[in-house]
Order: sequence, then C-alpha cells, then structure tokens
Amino acid sequence: MAKAKAVALISGGLDSLLAARVVLGQGVHVEGINFFTGCCVEGHTHAIRKRDSEKPKRNNALWVAEQLGIKLHIIDVVEEYKDVLLNPKHGYGANLNPCLDCKGFMVRKADEWAVAHGFDFLLSGEVIGQRPMSQRMDTMPVVVRESGAGERLLRPLCAKLLPPTLAETRGWVDREQLHDFSGRSRKPQMALAEKYGFTEYAQPAGGCCFLTNREYSSKLGDLWNARGHREYELDDILLLKVGRHLRPRPNFKLILGREEGENNYLRGYCSQFSHLRILSHRGPLGLIDGAADRDDLLLAARLAARFCQGRDAAQVEIEVHEHGGETWTTLVRPMPVAEVLREWYV
Amino acid sequence: MSGQSAPEHLDARRLLCPLPVIRTQDRIVDMRAGDILAVCCSDPGARYDIPAWCRINGHKILEISEGDYEFTITLQVGESDAVQPGD
Ligand code: SF4
Repeated sequence: MAKAKAVALISGGLDSLLAARVVLGQGVHVEGINFFTGCCVEGHTHAIRKRDSEKPKRNNALWVAEQLGIKLHIIDVVEEYKDVLLNPKHGYGANLNPCLDCKGFMVRKADEWAVAHGFDFLLSGEVIGQRPMSQRMDTMPVVVRESGAGERLLRPLCAKLLPPTLAETRGWVDREQLHDFSGRSRKPQMALAEKYGFTEYAQPAGGCCFLTNREYSSKLGDLWNARGHREYELDDILLLKVGRHLRPRPNFKLILGREEGENNYLRGYCSQFSHLRILSHRGPLGLIDGAADRDDLLLAARLAARFCQGRDAAQVEIEVHEHGGETWTTLVRPMPVAEVLREWYV
Repeated sequence: MSGQSAPEHLDARRLLCPLPVIRTQDRIVDMRAGDILAVCCSDPGARYDIPAWCRINGHKILEISEGDYEFTITLQVGESDAVQPGD
C-alpha cells in the first residue's frame, strides 16, 4: 500500500516540530508548509540589527524541517493576509493579533495546497488550552469548520481529546499512539521532545508573529490612525519592525535607525521617503513618513540631532532630502531632552 | 540530467528573509533538474536560509561569492521527486 501523505503546518516552534514527528513516526510521508504573512517573527529583525549578527540567523521553520528531514514549502500570503488582519470576523486578541481568523486562514490555505498536490490530510501542532484565543476547546472546531478542512485536519498532540479524524478512521495513523495534551503547561511537550532527542528548539514567547507584540501593535494602530485608513503595503509593516518611531506632529512620523544595521536597512527606503542625514556627527538616518513641510522637517532635524553623538553640541549639521524635491543643508540645535515628549514615542 | 545551459539570475537584493527563499523556490518551479540559478542577495540571513532550503529540497549549492554589500548564491536544481509549489 502506498504511504499516506500529510502536509504539516510548520511554524518553527516546538509544537509543530513534535506534531510532525509523531506522524512521521507512524510511517506517513510528511512535507511541511509555512506561510509568510509579512508579520512573521522569522528573519527580519535578526537580519536587520547588526547587534544580533553574532547569533545564528536561522529560519526556525527551515531548521525544524531539516531536523525532521522533510521538505518545506514557504508560501507568500502577504496580499491575502491583509483581509485577515483588517477584517477579523472573530476580532483581535490582547493586541492586534487576529489569532482565530489567522489559524482558520492558514489551515484553509494548507488544505487547499494539500488537495491540489495530492496529499491525504494535514496536521498542526495545536494543543487544547495552549493559547487563549485560537486553541481553546470551544474554538478548535471553529478552525476545523471555517477552514473547510473538516476531518482532514489532524492535531496529533491532542487528538485523543477530539473526535477521530480521517487519518485515524482510514487507518493512516494509529490513534492510540497520538497524544492527549491540554492546557498551558509545556511539560508534556518537553518530555516528548526529550524522547525524540530534540534538545534545541525555538519557544517563541508570544506566538508566531509580531501582532502579539504590544509595541508592534501600537505602531500599527498609529499608522492606521495617522493615515485615516487601514490599507497597508508590505514595506509599511516591515518598517514597523525597524528603528525608533516618533510622531511629534499628527501629519508625520520620524523613523530613526538605532544602530548601523538599521541605518543600512532604512537607507534602502531613501528613494521613497523624505529623509535626514546627519553630516557633522555620527548618528541615525531618519526617514520621514507622512507629508511634512519645511517647518516639520526642521523639527524632525532637531529631533534627529537629539539622537546623534552631537546631542550636547551647540549645532548639528543635517542634510535634508525632500522626497521628489530639493536637498538642503541646515544647522540645528539638538532638541533638549525635556522637549521630547513621551507621547511622541509610537 | 538535462540543463547546464547558461545560468539564470534572480535579483533578491533588498528582500529580507524568508522572501529570498520564497523567490528562489518559486523560480525553481519553472526550471529543470541540472539547471543553474544564481541568486543575488543582500540579507545576511539568506546565506543560511537558501542553503538550508536547498538541503531539505534536494538542490545543490555550487558557490557563494561575496560582494561588498551583497553576495551571490549559485545553485543547481536537483532531481526532486517532490511536488513544488505552483505545480
Ligand atoms: S500569533 Fe500571529 S501568526 Fe500566530 S495565530 Fe496569532 S495572528 Fe496568526
């Protein structure tokens, strides 16, 4: 009999690693799938910030797939994901994380992919009670129903607490060898990891994306607010991960690199934004997001000077590049710390 | 094995991981076993991610050449028995 084929949703964390391993151990052919929404924790900040450069810059989903010896398909869902983030039917979690809608969306995409590529079922690392929104006893069936995956979705780590799925009724996997994990404790997962010899694995604290992060959500809310609409492009949400963001006036925001890696990254956006370069001292590159007039740009220049090595100097020389306009140089007095209002920090 | 024609080039500069991997993966879908692809990247993360993706998907890294702020990963498409995205 040909091996059954399963697609595993791989986030890069321990749970999806174990779930896939459990099913692999039953002789099923497993391939991984991972979705890039633009808000993922993977990669970006490590890639951008130079200070992290000594740490390995591995992508956890790829690393998990390699540990398991399975193929991994990474799918760009940035465009489709916008609707999930902007119009979540089930609302947001503690921050701007639409976890329940997001899970339903990812399971649906994985299911479509599985069907299109001749796979028999899909599996995820969800555990009942593990997360407050998407992994509760009452919300687990919502994901099954709304994704359209129905009984094609197997959750190997808590399958024994749920009705049998296709993989079990067809005999592709033995239900008795699946698990009954529930609750927030990580002990059963850690014991299982030990059993399989996984000693090193990622344990993202808040979840798999930046939307569970309070600071990130606050920057996203500010962006929507300032623009008067919530449409966004990939660059918008990537830029929220980089630099210090200050909004001294409602019509513009100043983004300042915090170190060399961030300055390098921001430099790539100079052709799209008005920006500030500090000439007389070492300091951040500043991007101006929004419509800023000359007075706004001078304010931004004084503020940027506050964050350069000339912060205590009488004057700092700054080159101002107006987007689609002139480039001019100005000497400014760095803004005293007392004038930098706390509420400017986004 | 077919291929060994002139290398194809993919510009993945300014893209942050995992986008260079995704673009590589999506380009390889249209290539044949033995074909060569040179991917130019600027995100240091791609130096690890593209080779990792190649290892698990059966493609071979031929060379990684360094430039000032960018580097080029040259790979050879493998004889993959797996379906690829977009098949
Ligand atoms: S943490 Fe982010 S990626 Fe994970 S389910 Fe919630 S919204 Fe989706």
